[in-house]
Amino acid sequence: MTDPRISLISPTGALGMGFLDESLERGISLKPDVIACDAGSTDSGPFYLGSGTPKMSRRAILQDLRRLLLARDRLKVPLIIGSCGTSGVDSAVDWMRELTLEIAKEEGLSFKLGRIYAEQNPTLMAEAFKSGKIDPLPGAPEIAEQTILNCSHIVAMMGHEPIVHLLEKQCDVILCGRASDTALFSALPLMRGFIPGPVWHCAKTIECGAICSSITRADGVYAEIDENGFSVEPLALDASCTPLSLASHTLYENADPFLIREPSGTLDTQNANYHALSERKTRVEGSVFRPERYTLKLEGAALSGFQTVAIGGVRDPYILARIDSWLAEMKVFFEERLQELTGKTLGKEVRLDISQYGRNAVMGSLEPLAHEMPHEIGLLFTITAPEQALANDVARFVTHAASHWPIPEWQGFISGIAFPFSPPEIDRGPSYRFTLNHVLIPETPLSAFRFAEEQAG
Amino acid sequence: MRNSVPLGKLAQLIRSKNAGPFRITFDIVFENEEDFVRVVSAKVLTKEWISGTYKIPQDTLIFVEIPAARAIKFSFPRPRIQGDLGETDMYSGQQYAPLLDLQIC
Repeated sequence: MTDPRISLISPTGALGMGFLDESLERGISLKPDVIACDAGSTDSGPFYLGSGTPKMSRRAILQDLRRLLLARDRLKVPLIIGSCGTSGVDSAVDWMRELTLEIAKEEGLSFKLGRIYAEQNPTLMAEAFKSGKIDPLPGAPEIAEQTILNCSHIVAMMGHEPIVHLLEKQCDVILCGRASDTALFSALPLMRGFIPGPVWHCAKTIECGAICSSITRADGVYAEIDENGFSVEPLALDASCTPLSLASHTLYENADPFLIREPSGTLDTQNANYHALSERKTRVEGSVFRPERYTLKLEGAALSGFQTVAIGGVRDPYILARIDSWLAEMKVFFEERLQELTGKTLGKEVRLDISQYGRNAVMGSLEPLAHEMPHEIGLLFTITAPEQALANDVARFVTHAASHWPIPEWQGFISGIAFPFSPPEIDRGPSYRFTLNHVLIPETPLSAFRFAEEQAG
Repeated sequence: MRNSVPLGKLAQLIRSKNAGPFRITFDIVFENEEDFVRVVSAKVLTKEWISGTYKIPQDTLIFVEIPAARAIKFSFPRPRIQGDLGETDMYSGQQYAPLLDLQIC
């Protein structure tokens, strides 16, 4: 190792969320060895992987990507973008490549562009499952070959090794499919021989950008790693990274705050100590990384149906007093009507959920105040069917019948639901579910991924 | 003996969030050492209390006190996989409300 230190910037927690120009400018002035930024997550739910659609708009991605490509060009250091297009499917990497080439052309930039594809063929994965190459994680749902074959998309979350592979080939900009957020930041330091404990802990700390600092707006941080530990400071001068803010960040979105599994092993931050170097900058030492069997986390999503929803409210105290039985009675009618109109069975091909907002709609089975009554209740009707047209047909008779469903307190035809829209039915499109909580045991850290290189500009 | 205070008034941050699509995690963070120690030593925010309040089995619960972060954290499996039909809270962001009224002496 020639240089005893390596420095990184994490310009924002998620590409497309934005950051301050002056923060990036300050980051550039600190002369980092690498810029890395995550662009994906499963956090927004199964739709993005299931459909392969990005969560962030093209406009938002272009704005951030342009600024990072220009910064990279000034610094002549690698720029690594992880989990392109939210899910990291192949088409999302292609989409990001188009945006990158478009910016390169407009700005007259020239660089070597590398791509890493992380999508897995369901047929090959089903074979891997049959031959024992796919293991469940604790609490994973029971799966069969068909579960895997039903997935619209499956991705494997890459470790740092595929990124190192392209860094060694002198790629300036690397667009990754699904990648561990931390791998983006640990790739260059590990390639240069820095000790894994501080490297992975640093990567974990900075992967969400300035979320590990005192501010909650989208912005960046700067980090330095040496052989004993690492230090972090926010790019914005009005923010600070304190021992508390860094230690707290290990809590965020992790079930276990001390043990974080990566493809090549586990980061243990139990004995990490944090001390302030200044008001804005904190140093961390003592984290260790334990190598384990090499595994790649798989993410898969499958279509669960097409949905139509309707929103309405109930204010009549007589209806509210008997709302559960009122809804149960109409469900019996919906079941009969569905059968006679379509030959389908409610609860089988077609599903109806009615949530009562104001009463247990948010916490469901976890709600300790399940029996408290509000003075009005918002109803959300959700119909799920194998086709959109069927879901819409069902929703139309559901909303009509529900709004006139009688109660014994009133004689005559009532209108019991306040609908804000005409028509009350809204087609929501396809709905997906996550199907895998499993790991793939690959032949090598690179074998599950495909690579491409080209000259841009 | 001092008056009891609801946890919602003592904590600087109470939040819930997905920890991946299969688990939900709760963070309770305190502004100072005194408040953190007060809640830890009151021994009312326990595995037993969480299991009773959220109606989940104790053996699926991870519960940790983290002095370096002045925080208490617990996690358990989501009632359903994130986004499965019938989902009520895609990000698990609004599942912490029952913690606010827990009385700390």
